[in-house]
This record gives sequence, C-alpha cells and structure tokens, in this order.
Amino acid sequence: MSLDIVRLGFLPLVDAALPILARELGYAEEEGIELRLIRDMSWATVQDRLLYGHSDAAHMVAPLAIATTLGLGRPAASLSVPFVLGLNGNAITLRPELAAKITEVGRPGNIKEIGAQLRALANEAKALGKPLRLGVVHRYSSHNYMLRYWLMRCGIDPNADVEIVTIAPPFAADALEAMEVDGICVGAPWNSVAVERGVGVVVATTSQIWRRGVEKALAMRTDWMEAESALAHRLIRALYRAGIAFIDPARIEQIGEILSRPEYLDGSAEAIKRVTQDYVLFAKGFEPVQIPDFMFQHREAANFPWVSQAAWLYAQMVEAKHVMPNAADYVAAQGVFRPDVYRSALGPMGVPLPGASSKLEGGISGPTGVGSIQGRLILGTDSFFDGQSFDPEAFGKLLAQ
Amino acid sequence: LRIAIVDENPARAAVIEEGLAASGLTDVTLFTQRHGLVAQIERLMPDVVLIDLANPRRDELEELFIVSRAIATPIAMFVDQADSHAIEAAIDAGVSAYVVDGLKPERIKPIIDVAIKRFNAFARLRAELDDAKSQLAEHKSIDAAKALLMMKRGIDEPAAYALLRKSAMDSGRRIADVADALLTAEKLLGGL
Repeated sequence: MSLDIVRLGFLPLVDAALPILARELGYAEEEGIELRLIRDMSWATVQDRLLYGHSDAAHMVAPLAIATTLGLGRPAASLSVPFVLGLNGNAITLRPELAAKITEVGRPGNIKEIGAQLRALANEAKALGKPLRLGVVHRYSSHNYMLRYWLMRCGIDPNADVEIVTIAPPFAADALEAMEVDGICVGAPWNSVAVERGVGVVVATTSQIWRRGVEKALAMRTDWMEAESALAHRLIRALYRAGIAFIDPARIEQIGEILSRPEYLDGSAEAIKRVTQDYVLFAKGFEPVQIPDFMFQHREAANFPWVSQAAWLYAQMVEAKHVMPNAADYVAAQGVFRPDVYRSALGPMGVPLPGASSKLEGGISGPTGVGSIQGRLILGTDSFFDGQSFDPEAFGKLLAQ
Repeated sequence: LRIAIVDENPARAAVIEEGLAASGLTDVTLFTQRHGLVAQIERLMPDVVLIDLANPRRDELEELFIVSRAIATPIAMFVDQADSHAIEAAIDAGVSAYVVDGLKPERIKPIIDVAIKRFNAFARLRAELDDAKSQLAEHKSIDAAKALLMMKRGIDEPAAYALLRKSAMDSGRRIADVADALLTAEKLLGGL
C-alpha cells in the first residue's frame, strides 16, 4: 500500500512530542500516512512554510494560528485548529539574584505572593529608569498571554511597568546570562537549560497561573483541511494515539530517547524525561519538584479544541493591545478552533467526545463529569490563580457594546 | 536604498551582496553574527532586510519591526495577493524579506529577484560541491577495495575492478556500495 505524504512543521520543543511519536511509533503509518517532519528554528519560518505550501500542517503556538487568520503581520490566511497538541509546560525563570528577592529559591511557592513581591521589584526597577525586561518566545504566544495575565492581576501593567520582548528559546539562557533580559517565559526544555547553567531560577510555572492553559495547536490551512478532509482525519487519529502513548508510564524511557534524538530536540534525554513526568528543576543544586499537571498532553480530552480557549486567547490579545477589539474578529478567532473536525475524526475510534464546544474556562474546581456525546468524561480543576473564570459569552456581549 | 542582509552563512551573504552591487545597490550591510543582531538592525534603520528563511532570529526581528515601526512589514504584505507566486519563489529559494512602509513595490521587486537568483545559485553550487565530495569519497573506497582484492586474491587491477563490478551487477547494488561492504567486512574480519 502506498502511503499519503503529510508534511508537518515543528520547533524542537518537548510539546512537539505527539507529531514526533505519531511518526516514530508507527501510528501515522498505520493510518496510511508517511509523516514528514520539518524542523525549523523560528515560528515565522514554520508559518511561512505552512502558508506557502512547504508543509501541510504545523505544530504552532495557538495564538499564532488566530493571528494568522486575522491577518496580523501577514496577509490574512485562514488557519484551522482541529486538535490541541498540549496544555501548559512553560515556566517563568528570572535571573538568580532577582528570583532570590521574590521567592524561596528551589521550590514552588504561592504565585500570588510571588507576584506581589515581583510588583515591588518591578516598581523599583522602573523608578531607576531600568524597567524589568522579560522575554517571551513570540509576540503571539501563550507564553506572552499567560505572563501578562499573571502580571496584570498582580498589579503590574505589562504594557507600562515592565518591558516584554521576544526572544527565541534557544537563546533565552544566553540572554539571561548576558543580562539582556531579567526573566524569560519559555517552554521545556529551555527553562531547565537556564537553570542547569546556573543563570536562572524558576519562580512560577504557567500551570500555576492557569491549570489548563492552552499551549500548542495542530494548525493547518483551512482550504487544505477541507480539500483533504479524510487525510486530515487520519492525521488527527494518529496524533490521538500518540497522546495515549505519551501518558503511558511504560514508555517514559522510550519517549525520552526518541525526543532527544539529533533530528528532533537534540537535547538531554534526562531533562526531557523529567518534564514529561511533570518534574521541574526550580534551581541548580536542588531536587526537581513534581508540579501537578505541569505538562498536560492528553488526559481529560486535553486535545479537544475548545472554542472557549480560542475566545480566551482573543480576549488576551485585546488586553495586550495586539488587536483592536472587534466583534467580527472575535467570531473569526473562535472559528479557528474546530471541535467539529475533532469529533468527525475521532468519533469512529470511540473516544470520549465532549457534547459542548465551549465552556466556562476556569470554572471547574474539582473533578466534574461533563456532558459527552460518547464515552465518559471527567474534567479536573482548570482554575486560574486569581480564582476568576472566563465566560466567552459575557466577553462577546462586552465587545458588542 | 539601504539594505541589510542577515545570513549566518557568510559566503552566501557575500554572494547576495555582490549581486546587489551588480544592480547598482551598494548601501548594503551584512550581518552574519547572531549576537546583538536585533539592536544593530534597529540602529541601522534599513529600508529592506533580506534574511535567510531558516534564520532562528526571525521571530525577534518581526517583533522589533512591529513595535519600532522601523521596518513595517514582511514582503508578503507588499505583493498583490494575486501575485503570491513571487513570495512562493522567495520561500522556495529560502529567503524572506521585510520592507519599510511606503516603499513602492516596483523598487522592491528587483532586490527580491536578485536575492532569489543568488540564493538559488548558491544552493546549486552547494549541491554540486556535495556531489563532487561524495564522488571523491566513492572513488576512494573503490580504490581501497580494489587494492584489498589485488592483495588477497593476487589479481591485477582490471581483474579486481571486474570482480567488484560483477558482484555489484549480480546483487543489484552500486559498485561503491559493494566496495564499502567489502571494506567493512575486512575491518570486522580482517584479522581472521
């Protein structure tokens, strides 16, 4: 049987795991797909390849799929996200001398209190005319929006009290060391790299900010997804099975070995294995600490593209002044996430399918059964650190005013 | 027009610079180092930035372009949507470009054309070089395999080559592959 070729762009990050495993563990092939993975070093390149036909699908920071659809920084091109590649997995790392002023070094703390300390630090730096500079991986990244959410709700104005700049993850540790930035919000394994070099100390994980924060998405051109819908469905099934493998404790060693290969992350298998088990090294010389749900790749329908996640991201883009608030754009942004495609692709596999497409984000404080079309689905805590929740309908009404 | 070329491959950057100079564009600055790149571009205030597609600093540069408005937009924003094959040609060649706001498309086009041509020419050169290198390596292993056969079997060079060729034909492999296999076997079993 000849295989259909699907080309998928990715960046060397731990959360590119599902596409890599779909290929290496044979799930893509079982779906009749030769999955060709194209590694790049910047999201701009991943995006260009997807838009101009070098790739069919991409591992992408979720907000970038929305920004592309809205035409921010590129001519508008409709992208779709029929599958989420994972939640969270990022952390905020400061220069060690700064971290020591706001947290107990080496272990996780209460990020409300840490945020209050950070506020004092930020004000001090601002008064001296040298505001804190914080690096995020991309303008339109969940890292940027999660960091901003935390800062804002700790009384720090991300647009005025600190400077937020873009820094490519492979250079984040260098920038901390050279004191070009005071802190970074990046994904695995780059915080560990900074910590092990002794140039950074983790002060918070994004899972502490939002227990179920949407992170990387499977993005594809909407026209491609529609023209090749059967192939897109097969790809989604292969990725779903890779998700099952990812959370299988028996495969920890194997997954660490695969991801660490030169053609993928080209990094330390030990550090990768640690984060896939939710262990975070907060500071050099300390024991890694397990953070519940640090990297949430598959359980509880984590791969389901909730429309409310896209809505939350758009709301953060408004707050960051990356877009002018607009009701039509809000609808377009939500339309990027395609739970209907997820259901069509995975229905035949008999996996649990949520009945709703949108939910109150941050509204679940303990394991809760939710309505499903098939299968039993229980969702765990998805709270924000400030106890607030995000209601996509209420935000829509606010925009319409 | 002030042009910046950002490329971690100094040879390729030089080839593009030369191409631009041939078109009368001489206000060109090369950036081949990663360090301090974003700040240097900000100071230079170029009208056009040509950058290799795979450059890891692109996200940082795009953010700078949005925030500082020094260079407003990727080339994609300039070209008529109907003419998007021009961008595809650039992406295929492995080059991307950013252009200052308000610059006329007809002033950009020749620059992009030069960049595409030079990137493609460089890729061809590279492929030819790789080809030549691998041919050289193949010759070396065939020569070594011949010498081995001559010594072990006491035959002359034409006979040794004929033996390699026959074995290759019989097994449907390339002569160089048979030679490699022979040398590997000799390495493993040579002492026996």
